[in-house]
Amino acid sequence: MSHPLMKYLREDWMPTLLCPGCGDGTVLQCMLRAVENLRIDIDRVAIVAGIGCHARLGTGYIAADSMWSLHGRAFPIATGIKLVDPGLHVVVLTGDGDCGSIGLSHFLHAARRNIGVLALCFNNSIYGMTGGQVAPTTPKGAITKTTPYGNLEYPMDLCALAQTAGAPYVARWTTAHPRQLTRSIEKALGKNGFSFVEAVTQCPTYFGRYTLQSTKASDILRLFLRNSVSIQQSKKLNPEELAGKIVIGEFVDTQKPELAEQYQLQFRN
Amino acid sequence: MAQFPASSILLQGSEACADAAILAGCRFFAGYPITPATEIAERMASKMPGVGGVFIQMEDEIASITSVIGASWAGAKSMTATSGPGFSLMQEGIGLAVMSETPCVIVDVQRLGPCQGFATFPMQGDVMQARWGSHGDSRSNIVLAPASPQEIFDLTIEAFNLSERLRTPVIVLSDEIVAHMRERVIIPRIEELNLERRTETTPPHKEFKFHELSGCDVTPMPRLGSGYKLNIVGHLRTEEGRVSMPAQEVPQVAFKLLSHLADKITAADWDAKRIKALFAEDSRTMLVSYGSPSRTVESAVKEARKAGLKVGCARLVTLWPFPEDQLQKILEDVDNVIVVEMNLGQIMDKVKEVVGRSTKVTHVPKVGDLHTTDELLDRIKKVAV
Repeated sequence: MSHPLMKYLREDWMPTLLCPGCGDGTVLQCMLRAVENLRIDIDRVAIVAGIGCHARLGTGYIAADSMWSLHGRAFPIATGIKLVDPGLHVVVLTGDGDCGSIGLSHFLHAARRNIGVLALCFNNSIYGMTGGQVAPTTPKGAITKTTPYGNLEYPMDLCALAQTAGAPYVARWTTAHPRQLTRSIEKALGKNGFSFVEAVTQCPTYFGRYTLQSTKASDILRLFLRNSVSIQQSKKLNPEELAGKIVIGEFVDTQKPELAEQYQLQFRN
Repeated sequence: MAQFPASSILLQGSEACADAAILAGCRFFAGYPITPATEIAERMASKMPGVGGVFIQMEDEIASITSVIGASWAGAKSMTATSGPGFSLMQEGIGLAVMSETPCVIVDVQRLGPCQGFATFPMQGDVMQARWGSHGDSRSNIVLAPASPQEIFDLTIEAFNLSERLRTPVIVLSDEIVAHMRERVIIPRIEELNLERRTETTPPHKEFKFHELSGCDVTPMPRLGSGYKLNIVGHLRTEEGRVSMPAQEVPQVAFKLLSHLADKITAADWDAKRIKALFAEDSRTMLVSYGSPSRTVESAVKEARKAGLKVGCARLVTLWPFPEDQLQKILEDVDNVIVVEMNLGQIMDKVKEVVGRSTKVTHVPKVGDLHTTDELLDRIKKVAV
């Protein structure tokens, strides 16, 4: 018996080229589960991805319309698609380097415009596809291929940025919280507006090997569980106590008029 | 549906360009403000909603071209317009459009450069950048060079037709003078135009080859959301759209794909490969130009003819792919060729390649302004008999 989600995948293109223990498959499964649970017609889903491990996994292998585009540019491509066909479920797959570094301005402007797309960010805190270089989300002090003596820079908080830019739905979970992650993706897919869901995912091959000194996915998942604190708990902690913690939960859950819808309404008469 | 009666009105080049795009069926425009191309975006912003289309001002030119690519796949004929600095930013997006075979039109209103240069002064400095675009090798983009508001109108429509037919980005290489010049423009009735339309195809095709790599044959373009389960990529791909392949097959697949992308443009028999020549029959000296300098070239040639000199001119309407055969024919029996362009010499080398060894090719370089008729006459008198 094949996996219940296999119908969404191109089985003949398998196996994927991702490393053993990679968390990106978990995130992808959460997304497909959400599509399944909401009974969304997969033919009306358009997936746009930038560049990175997440993009390599999230396009092609999925039997749906997908576009594996340019590093950081999935947001404007998705904006063009949504404005022309507002009835499509447009999903942007992005990574911490893709949206936090090269595509940062596009990410913030998509949130500011409130274009109706779900942005699912695979955050593995490192550049995995290129072999383990420092990312804007890499913790201070971390050893990577381009910070061999320790990272001197401070990491960015992608959810805080999405919130500041005005995204009406912002949530963060880890691959150790697949049920919560699935529920957030479902919620985001059901909304008409810009949703940002960050999935902290393990990269045993690079972040594990160089920074955490463990290439076992299970070790990293246990670390995620141990280090995760809810938004409520996090408010009681001082900055020192919060260092190294992953704050999980829904940061924003509101509703406001979506861009493509507003555009149509403005010119209806 | 908006009405477009045949009429004749006074239009700025930029306005003519925007109106032509809408007439050609453009229903998505994304842009970023930049002198001297902003008028195109402004006109699109005001007119697009009236025809049920979308205008959006994006956060930069990278976002403009990429949203245009997304819109094109969602089913809309799409366009952006910019000038030099923005055109530089768009190169990455042009590469994606070439590789993924996405039809779109890019208008580059050239200004003095490199870098900021001088925003309100004209130049023809982007000739080579427009030709190659992007990195990698797809041989040549299609680049059309209008010399008047009427021509930017006509060529914008043609750009959409070529872009849709060949599934490739087409560049309208205008300049500050053509964009800001006001002249009478004849607007044809929409019925008089032979507009290219997207072929609607019905999915699913089990054995549908998304990308036929067969020379000039271009696969019809299905839109997103219509059930094809498209895998659109900027990556190397097989005919089925598969991006994984055994390493030893990569060079062969790459050669096939890149040849396909190049051949559909160079080998396709499209009538836009054009040159407009004047007095070519008996001239011993020919002036070669494109875009706005062609207008002073024409008046200089007419003056020279009055003085009895056997001088003519050839204006390149299609810049790339270079209309080699046509130009060769025109310059066959010519002793002297004077290339007139508003730069330090970009198309001159290509002209040298085309003419025989006995023909002397010289250049009149100028930047930031048109050549004057007198400047050109002086040069003509030096070489012509």
